[in-house]
Amino acid sequence: MSVEVRPKLIGARIKRVEDPRLLTGQGSFVDDRQPARMLHVAFRRSDHSHARITNIEPSAAAKMPGVFGVFTAADMNLMAKPVRATSRSKDYHATEMHALAKDKVRYVGEPVVAVLAESRYLAEDALEAIDIEFDSLPTVIDPEEAMKSGAPLLHEEAGSNVLLTRQFARGDADGELLTAPVRVKGRFRFGRKTPLAIENRTYLAEYDAGRQALTLYSSTQVPGILRDALVDILDISSHQLRVVAPDVGGGFGGKSSLYPEEIVVCALAKRFGRPVKFVSDRLEDLATTSQGFDEILDAEMGFDKDGNILAYRAEVIGDVGAYSIYPWTAALEPVQVISFLPGPYKIPNYRGRVRAVATSKSPTGPYRGVGRPISTFVTERLIDMGARRLNMDPAELRLRNFVGPKEFPYKTCSGIVWDQSSFTECLERACKEIGYDAFLKEQAGARASGRWLGVGFASYAELTGIGSRISAAPGMPINTGTELSTVKIDSTGSVTAIFGIASHGQGLETTLAQVVADELGARMEDVRVIQGDSAAVAHSTGTYASRSAVLAGGAATLAAKAVREKIIRVSSHLLEAAPADIRVEHGTVFVTGTDRKMTFKELARAVYSEMGRVPLDIREDLEATKQYDPVFGTTTSATHVAIVEIDAKTFRVKVLRYQVVEDCGKMINPLIVDGQVHGGVAQGIGAALLEKIIYDDKGQLLTASLVDYLVPSAAEIPPMKVSHIETRSPSTVGGFRGMGEGGTIGAPGAIANAVSNALSHLGIEITELPITPEQLFRAVRQSTK
Amino acid sequence: MNKSHTIRIKVNGTAYERAVEPRLLLADFLRETLGLTGTHIGCEHGICGACTVLVNGHSMRACLLFAVQLDGAEIDTVESLGTVDKLHPLQESFREHHALQCGFCTPGMLMTGVDLLRKRPLATDDEIRDGLSGNLCRCTGYEHIVAAIRTAVRERDEVSGKAVR
Repeated sequence: MSVEVRPKLIGARIKRVEDPRLLTGQGSFVDDRQPARMLHVAFRRSDHSHARITNIEPSAAAKMPGVFGVFTAADMNLMAKPVRATSRSKDYHATEMHALAKDKVRYVGEPVVAVLAESRYLAEDALEAIDIEFDSLPTVIDPEEAMKSGAPLLHEEAGSNVLLTRQFARGDADGELLTAPVRVKGRFRFGRKTPLAIENRTYLAEYDAGRQALTLYSSTQVPGILRDALVDILDISSHQLRVVAPDVGGGFGGKSSLYPEEIVVCALAKRFGRPVKFVSDRLEDLATTSQGFDEILDAEMGFDKDGNILAYRAEVIGDVGAYSIYPWTAALEPVQVISFLPGPYKIPNYRGRVRAVATSKSPTGPYRGVGRPISTFVTERLIDMGARRLNMDPAELRLRNFVGPKEFPYKTCSGIVWDQSSFTECLERACKEIGYDAFLKEQAGARASGRWLGVGFASYAELTGIGSRISAAPGMPINTGTELSTVKIDSTGSVTAIFGIASHGQGLETTLAQVVADELGARMEDVRVIQGDSAAVAHSTGTYASRSAVLAGGAATLAAKAVREKIIRVSSHLLEAAPADIRVEHGTVFVTGTDRKMTFKELARAVYSEMGRVPLDIREDLEATKQYDPVFGTTTSATHVAIVEIDAKTFRVKVLRYQVVEDCGKMINPLIVDGQVHGGVAQGIGAALLEKIIYDDKGQLLTASLVDYLVPSAAEIPPMKVSHIETRSPSTVGGFRGMGEGGTIGAPGAIANAVSNALSHLGIEITELPITPEQLFRAVRQSTK
Repeated sequence: MNKSHTIRIKVNGTAYERAVEPRLLLADFLRETLGLTGTHIGCEHGICGACTVLVNGHSMRACLLFAVQLDGAEIDTVESLGTVDKLHPLQESFREHHALQCGFCTPGMLMTGVDLLRKRPLATDDEIRDGLSGNLCRCTGYEHIVAAIRTAVRERDEVSGKAVR
């Protein structure tokens, strides 16, 4: 048993490997690639919400200078098959999506015609010369109207706009709610959002005519998913397609689905034998990148007179937009809402039902937090509303109902298992860090002088690093539960660690190098991480759903350990020492208690080059590939606390202080963890106070620029404090838990509770996000009438 | 409309003479004509600030300028700051504080930061936040960017002998 003395890289605030290139403008984003003979594609998009295409007149555009071709669905369907996101779920209807709209358009922004030209300027010029005749069909905007029988249908073959129905239940929520002594309820809305990565979606397909092989450079989170899907769609074999995600400028879920433009650049590059690039502009991003969260919840919670939750019931309508998105399906977001509504609480009776409804708006898809920002907002609001009715402190009411520290593992009423986490500890520590008791005194004083200050909590639990037994989206036909890693020492002694995950800001080149270096006994600077390349490993999906640290970190641990064992075996021979006496540290192999040692460089030379030093029968390559499957996944939890002030004249909400206490298990790099939390919280504050995608009743997008869709700048974001409770996960290799989404999950609920608390003397309860000054003005005026 | 005009322009200290179409954006001129891809384009309507460069020493948005307007101008882009081996002090501070994640907004943040550090006292974090409010970052929540600028302000004031606040 050796005692670890050297400082571990895992757990250290290591500066990122990625930074020097990104700081100096030497990164390699898709649009930075400018291969010779490159052509550009631009799209003429639907300006109708729901319409039949009666005629397309492309000939004028085709004659314009620099134009190589103009393509419609009729052309594209000879090159690519339509896309259907299938699912094993019952009561689900897949929708058929063509890369270019065929016969009908179903949302404003849907691509209808593609123009290929010498430059982006010339391609965009030609768009204006295309004449499309549409026959308007009734719009399908309000999901409640769209659910009714007789409503105009977006997908006639589905027979209904309801693409999915699902229910989770335990006990008798309906019965208990009839008799519960204290009941609170509301109709909650969480407006539609867009992920808004600062890099717009960008794709470049290069075709090697000699080898008949395509390389797609995509600003994607999921190169493996794209590779597997596109070989089917384009009807080519998988060694003819490599999908590379180089440096990617943020994703937040918006870059984790398959997009029509990715199909088109591949098809056209193959057909013309030249590189084809598509760079979307911000209008296209706002109109067509998968949107998120749009739901209506009618929810009710019942308590006994001591504040114990008796029952919880929710009816959810998910407005999923025009298509069931590939590969996640329309089930992903709305079903997660009813899965996670119970949160960290013990709820004996529960019924959650969801209906996912197609509307003639941009398709929704994964957005950081998926389902849980809403479920946390609603559950945490109901807890605060309950506390007010019960005349109890909201923190105390939470503590009373949490799954307690000794009650893990705990199976929630929706069927999710919390393996073990720090619900109670996070909340208690958050109260302490924010100075809760002192704030309550300050608040009372401020209120007496006419200032509206409020404090709000949001506690949540989430399932992260999910393995193969739980699909990222219910019934989805792809496996999202495993990742592979290859770790190898080459003939010069350098270490390469290869993954299929695709970092797009998370710093995985750094954190995975930390893991590999520690497990292998290498130096950080000797390890190079390769990721974001579908050809690098046999199977991978990518980076989404708070999975990469857990799954790729786990695979890296297993592969590095296997290589370390090989190092020990071969150096035991070379250094003539018992395996138990061999230590591997800092890229050098030592024999304990002697001065005998070999660097990785010397070891690699002996293994690969100096034939004769290692007999053939014990010679092994210094390489291992391992798969990791966390099977179920692990629980991450946190409590967020916000302190806000509302200006009584302008109704502007200013967030004064923000505290997060979270437990994401063993942290690989606390600097990166803090950064992820900060970014998520800012996004959640945006969701709570500023951001909303708005379609009018004609289905036109009214928030089509960054002047209309407001995202927070540094001036709207408060200073944040993050504290950690580091409980190693009992369920994962390395004890890691996923944490990339948590910030976005907690913030909307915490802000909504803080605003409600600030206005509690007026009896105002926030039920709709974002909270605009106008909404507050109306609510205050209503309450003081 | 497509008739090209010849401009003389100095970019990161190097003089160029190029024929440009009147409608060619400065951002596209830098990225495509000169191959300086460090300047990123995030919105093309002057809101996100990713394409911020210095024009005659003042921070401006390269997506709102035409190259043809800049005959005789001096432009500095992120490539003018430091190199991978020798980072500029503000770049070093960004790295130290983990003030970047995906790195897409970073060139614009840095150029805005350089301009702010030259022109403003930046005595409080509120002033830093206000100064950065024309540059959107979706990854960091700004906390670490503010800390990085704060460190750079301290270094600036120490060098210039001003009182450290």
